[in-house]
Amino acid sequence: MPKERVGLVSEIPPGSNKVVTVRGREIAVFNVGGDFHALLNRCPHEGAKLSRGIIVGLPESEVPGCYQLSRPGEILRCPWHGWEFDLRTGKSHCDPQGLFTRQYKTSVERETSPDSCGDAGLTAETFPVIVEEAVVLVEV
Amino acid sequence: MLRQANPFPKVDCDLHLTLPTTSELLPFLDDYWHEQVTSRGIDRLELTGDISNLPAAIRPDWRGPATLERVQTCALDAFDTDIAICNCLYGAQAVYNADLAAALCGAMNDWLVANWLSKDERLRASIIVPWQHPELAAKEIERRAPDRRFVQVLLMVLGDRPLGQRSMWPIYAAAEAHGLPIGVHAGSTYRFAPWTNGWPSYHIEDQAAQSVGFQTQLLSMITEGVFKEFPKLRVVLTESGVTWLPSFLWRIDKLWRGLRMEVPWVKRPPSEIVAEHVRLTMQPFDGPKDPQIVREMIEQIGEEMMLFSTDFPHWNFEQAEFAPTGFDADLMNRLRTGNPLKTYPRLQETS
Repeated sequence: MPKERVGLVSEIPPGSNKVVTVRGREIAVFNVGGDFHALLNRCPHEGAKLSRGIIVGLPESEVPGCYQLSRPGEILRCPWHGWEFDLRTGKSHCDPQGLFTRQYKTSVERETSPDSCGDAGLTAETFPVIVEEAVVLVEV
Repeated sequence: MLRQANPFPKVDCDLHLTLPTTSELLPFLDDYWHEQVTSRGIDRLELTGDISNLPAAIRPDWRGPATLERVQTCALDAFDTDIAICNCLYGAQAVYNADLAAALCGAMNDWLVANWLSKDERLRASIIVPWQHPELAAKEIERRAPDRRFVQVLLMVLGDRPLGQRSMWPIYAAAEAHGLPIGVHAGSTYRFAPWTNGWPSYHIEDQAAQSVGFQTQLLSMITEGVFKEFPKLRVVLTESGVTWLPSFLWRIDKLWRGLRMEVPWVKRPPSEIVAEHVRLTMQPFDGPKDPQIVREMIEQIGEEMMLFSTDFPHWNFEQAEFAPTGFDADLMNRLRTGNPLKTYPRLQETS
């Protein structure tokens, strides 16, 4: 599948996301503790933009009154009804088999670009500079 | 003294006995409470919502003193009932003094044994408990549990607190330990208005509010984690109206998905928890006249969820026409035999 450029890694710090539109599809790319996960930006329940949800941990309990919070920063709560989605899989916590949003593969690659030297005739002597930066790509 | 178990008994899961006056309990009270009841004139302690001859509630041909003979004729023989679970509601379950409540409830259970259970082997009873004080209630359960004719613990739907709260758990611990379902019966102690908008003006409002009360109490037991803490506990909603259940479950299943982080011990959709732990007696059944719609409702509720009851002497049907429209004979048989036997383990021991 073709890889589409999402943006620079530095643009999407941990806990944030960036939305890109690829061939008409809105995709939200989340930075989860340094890993990038891309989900269709549409809640499978009623279509809210998942990019606007809050990022939380997963509350669990085996005994009423005893609470544990695991997986900090890995759970997204939909902005409309608060349903929880696993950012690493796109699956809902309450109904993982029946309710999930589409997931896309991501990768981080180095991108190099030669610096432009401008108009050689009117400038002092210049030297070529290579800028190398990490970019996030999504396969759509 | 108990007959060999009948494998297919016809069970009535809600039959009412009426304690006419507190003085009936005098033989079963200790010296102190005997004197208190007589010297203080504690006589009629009827619940406001369960007046024994309330014309709107009691079937005309079933009015009058509930003598053993009358119950045998009108409630047992008339329906060919093999086993009937007697639920007795009285002011003992509503007085504020917890010690008085405990004394009266204990005496009522003695009264049930002496005047009813020992006189007709078809009769079973719910243990009457002073739920005003859950520890005392648990003691009463412990005291009665060895008598296998007590098959359930009786609570009311509208009391002084949500039923799921941890302060109530001693009752559930004792009930679970002895294989006794909790019967939550319509009725109120009138500590609070029967619904959350203040006191209604009319009887029709009070009656309709009962079903709302069942919804809130069922939800309380789920969210507080009663079924997580007591995984073998069964709850029987008695006189709840029944048909509110599916839409209520659709709503709370939906809400659970968005709010379950408050109650992370609720790990399954509430409807699954209810299907495993909760049953409902079928009188009154709030349904339409169209049998096709009723059959769809039964499918939504789940026929395994319902238990046959006459609700004697309350006025839910005429003559012996206890099957609501849309309930066929096979279904009624399952509601009268298979479902009760699965719900009340003690019924399989003796019948």
